[in-house]
Amino acid sequence: MFLLGKDKYFYLKSMNVLKVDNLTKTYRSGNRELTVLDQVNFEVAIGDTLSIVGPSGSGKTTLLGLCAGLDVASSGSVMLDGSALEKMTEDQRAAVRNQLVGFIFQNFQLLQTLTALENVMVPLELKKRKDAKDKAMELLEKVGLADRLTHYPNQLSGGEQQRVSIARAFANEPKILFADEPTGNLDTETGEMVENLIFQLNEEEGTTLILVTHDLELAARTHQSIHIKGGKLQEAING
Amino acid sequence: MVDWNWSLLMAKRDLRKTGGRLILFISAIVTGIAALVAVTSFGDNLSNDIDEQAKELLGADLSLRKNQPIEFPEIETQADRRALEVNFASMVYFPKVGESRLTQVRALEGDFPFYGSFETLPVSGETEFRKGAKRALVEKTLMAQFGAVVGDSIKVGNVTLEIVGALQKVPGQNGITATVAPAVYIPNDQLEASGLVQYGSRVNYIHYFQFPEEFDLEALIAEKKDQWDEDKVRHETVQSQKEDTGRSFENLSNFLVLVAFIAVLLGCVGVGSAINVFVKEKLPSVAVLRCLGVRSKEIVAVYLVQIVIMGLFGSLLGAAAGAFLQFLLPMVFSDFLPVEVSVQISWRAVIMGTFTGVLISVLFALIPLLKIRKVSPMMTLRPDDPSAGLGKDPLRWMVLGAIVLFILGFSFYLLEEWDQTFWFTGFVIFAFGSLWLLALGIMKAIRKFLPISLNYPARQALSNLYRPNNQTVSLLATIGLGTAMIGTLFFIQNQLLDEVRFADKEDQPNMLFFDIQSDQVDSMKTVLAEDGLPILQHVPIVTMGLAEVNGLTRNDNEELEDEEQRSNSMYRREFRVTYRDTLIATEELTAGSLIPFEAEGDSIFVSMEEGYAERNRVELGDEVVFNVQGRPLTTYVGSFRKVNFRKVSTNFLVVFPDKVLDNAPKFHVLITRTKNDQESADIQNKMVRQFPNVSVVNLSMIVETLEDILGKISFVIQFMALFSILTGVLVLISSLLISKFQRIRENILLRTIGAGRRVLLKINALEYLFLGSLAAGGGILLSVLAAFLLSRYVFEISFRMEWGPLLIVFVLITLLTVILGWINSLSILKAKTMDILRS
Repeated sequence: MFLLGKDKYFYLKSMNVLKVDNLTKTYRSGNRELTVLDQVNFEVAIGDTLSIVGPSGSGKTTLLGLCAGLDVASSGSVMLDGSALEKMTEDQRAAVRNQLVGFIFQNFQLLQTLTALENVMVPLELKKRKDAKDKAMELLEKVGLADRLTHYPNQLSGGEQQRVSIARAFANEPKILFADEPTGNLDTETGEMVENLIFQLNEEEGTTLILVTHDLELAARTHQSIHIKGGKLQEAING
Repeated sequence: MVDWNWSLLMAKRDLRKTGGRLILFISAIVTGIAALVAVTSFGDNLSNDIDEQAKELLGADLSLRKNQPIEFPEIETQADRRALEVNFASMVYFPKVGESRLTQVRALEGDFPFYGSFETLPVSGETEFRKGAKRALVEKTLMAQFGAVVGDSIKVGNVTLEIVGALQKVPGQNGITATVAPAVYIPNDQLEASGLVQYGSRVNYIHYFQFPEEFDLEALIAEKKDQWDEDKVRHETVQSQKEDTGRSFENLSNFLVLVAFIAVLLGCVGVGSAINVFVKEKLPSVAVLRCLGVRSKEIVAVYLVQIVIMGLFGSLLGAAAGAFLQFLLPMVFSDFLPVEVSVQISWRAVIMGTFTGVLISVLFALIPLLKIRKVSPMMTLRPDDPSAGLGKDPLRWMVLGAIVLFILGFSFYLLEEWDQTFWFTGFVIFAFGSLWLLALGIMKAIRKFLPISLNYPARQALSNLYRPNNQTVSLLATIGLGTAMIGTLFFIQNQLLDEVRFADKEDQPNMLFFDIQSDQVDSMKTVLAEDGLPILQHVPIVTMGLAEVNGLTRNDNEELEDEEQRSNSMYRREFRVTYRDTLIATEELTAGSLIPFEAEGDSIFVSMEEGYAERNRVELGDEVVFNVQGRPLTTYVGSFRKVNFRKVSTNFLVVFPDKVLDNAPKFHVLITRTKNDQESADIQNKMVRQFPNVSVVNLSMIVETLEDILGKISFVIQFMALFSILTGVLVLISSLLISKFQRIRENILLRTIGAGRRVLLKINALEYLFLGSLAAGGGILLSVLAAFLLSRYVFEISFRMEWGPLLIVFVLITLLTVILGWINSLSILKAKTMDILRS
């Protein structure tokens, strides 16, 4: 399924926003070395949508974290919008995340001490946007939470929390959006609604979407899927 | 650069939700800051009051004191008013009850004090006394001791006088000096008739002067100072009195501030440990912010701002409590104060207390807070991954260094001497460190050796001690240190009292008669023999001055380079020496030997007390010329003795050989041993009636006085130690509240799998019992060590274990912990199972 027009998709595909090259991640536990990701390679073009699927413990989340600059690889390279993440300090990667990246988490990960509106305002304020409040209100209206602005996360349902999280993810107009099991903690009906919302906003904003999921139906909605097993890339499925 | 605008905005937002919880975390510093502000404020007020009441403290513009009669005709002509006080220790007999006591008799001539007044009950007492004749003013404590009332009579030497007033307050005297030597004022014209001033009596003659306002007192002092020094006359002015009193009370007030500072540090340990819990709670938010691209320093700034605000809040709360608390302090310290202390808020104390509170709580909070810098944004994806959680930050060593520097700086500011500063800081680090290590050791031991065979409630209660966020280590440290302070205090107090009481058990002398004239010795020995009392020692005493040491007179000594000079006090002092060829039980020869004087023309070898000789750089073989009643006597230092000054005995800095001083004017001391208090009282009264000029010191009076003084001192220290205990209690309460939700969950889980209410109560009670007893036990262990070191090296007394007071402290602290925990667990047990499942 193509959410972008076919011509536009093929044009953009030639410009990579993410390039993963021989990516390996190992953990040391005592004398034992555990390889979680082993020599993974793939590319994602601007505006493309990619799903990462695989069984539990296969290394999906580790891969997402490395691609988003949340962690550093043991070897190999991640080029995000032309910048090599492994050469950056943590603060430099933080700046990249703020400028280019949006996140949606399985557990919503809202700041419990902030209201829905304030949660969405944070990335905008970090970018020193003067219109942070207006933009956040607009986004919350888009996700259908105009009447929940002053509610704290513990006063919202799971679906509502995930919608706040989506609004926050799109707030800084990211070039690339990472979603980790975005519907994993929601019932089927709410999950479907959240899913539609992600794809709808993704299309409207022209963002690149990378999502980790167990849900093959959800994976089928992306342009391409990659399958990870035991830390190795099994196959890349182009949509 | 940190984006402070954003950090402040986020801190403000966060505080809405977490403010209440942070107050709980910071609450532990409130009592410490309250104590700090209260004692600093009290010290400031005391210092101001000493300045303002300095004239009343001396009662005159100038006082001149000498231990022999002297006149100052030239000064008298320049003064507006003059007065004379002749004071000395003497027995005063209360005929109504037939008992007597050693007091300080002050024979007064003139209108002293010129500033302030005697406070008497009735108020007319002072006026009555000034009429002269056989009237006396007696210190209230002394009257209370013998149940005397105004109108009763007392016998001072050979004179019987009527008590016309109870002295409430004497210029320059406080409760402690009144305990040691209560004052009795008599008119000076009754002194001769009393027959008390005889050869050898230790009498002070104090002349008081008041000058016209425009009089240049400083010029007079500059002119006369050398002459006074020459004549061994001590002078005091309002200024010097102010400085002396101010200095000694500054020391007291600085000591109290240091004790309060320990309570602040204890509170900060509680704060640090609570912030550790706070940081753990905040990890998910920190990880999210890291994901959103916030730099670690901005995140640290968000929480640092909150801690500063809450630290400020806690410190201000403590400062406010301290400002009220200082109203209590004049009552607590009343026995030590020479002036009326006013109570007003010292803004210097409030600012210093608040600043200290904020700075030190922030420093302690920074240790756990710094861990935030190391939080990985991966925690958002893998919350349970330990490698994504807290890491140790090398910056914490800098923070620890800053804490040590602050303690050093704060204590140096108060102590003004580096060696004392290092001792204090070392003590603080040692006390905290050893309790911390002890607590960690206990926790590790429980984890390692907890036997599976132990019954379930006890095993569960012990396991609960290392439940995450339980703050067990900091609780053991804070409650433990409070216990250690109180335990050490009890320990030392009992050791000191026992040391004195011990003399009674060892068949040691317990009664001493002094100021005996030569012609009274035989009669007194007869009286003692009649009553079947042994004469354990008969000691003749000769008074003399020092003329030369190795050929150097006082003037020669003053002309030497500073480092070569001996202390001038050696030349000024009046030596009371005895003569004998043997050592007594309290002495031990450490160098040379006692060389007897055989025949006229032989060299005279004296024995000097080791410590005194060392302090004054006198060596074996040195030539020392004494001035015995105007006659020079050349001697050589033949030996050094170590003297145990704590025994009831006569101890001397200089001992002459027999025969040398046979013909010198002298007075005598007799030492005996009575079997019981009744026998002591009987012989004392008998002697005082027959030989009014003779003074008596008995062991029971020394014990009584010591008990009284130690009681007063320990009350003050206990009052200060209370703040440490209260801080421990606050840490305990806050830790119970912090872990409340977790405790509720645990209890409900246990209930769900079938544990009854009784089992849960048992587990809770046992947990607090273990916590309280481990903390108290740790503290007591430290107090035994502290008491051992203090006994051995400071008080130089033998150390004996005292189980009694330690057991009391142990039980009380454990009980307090169990009761507080019990109250907390009642609400936990009331929580409904379904509420938790829903949440």
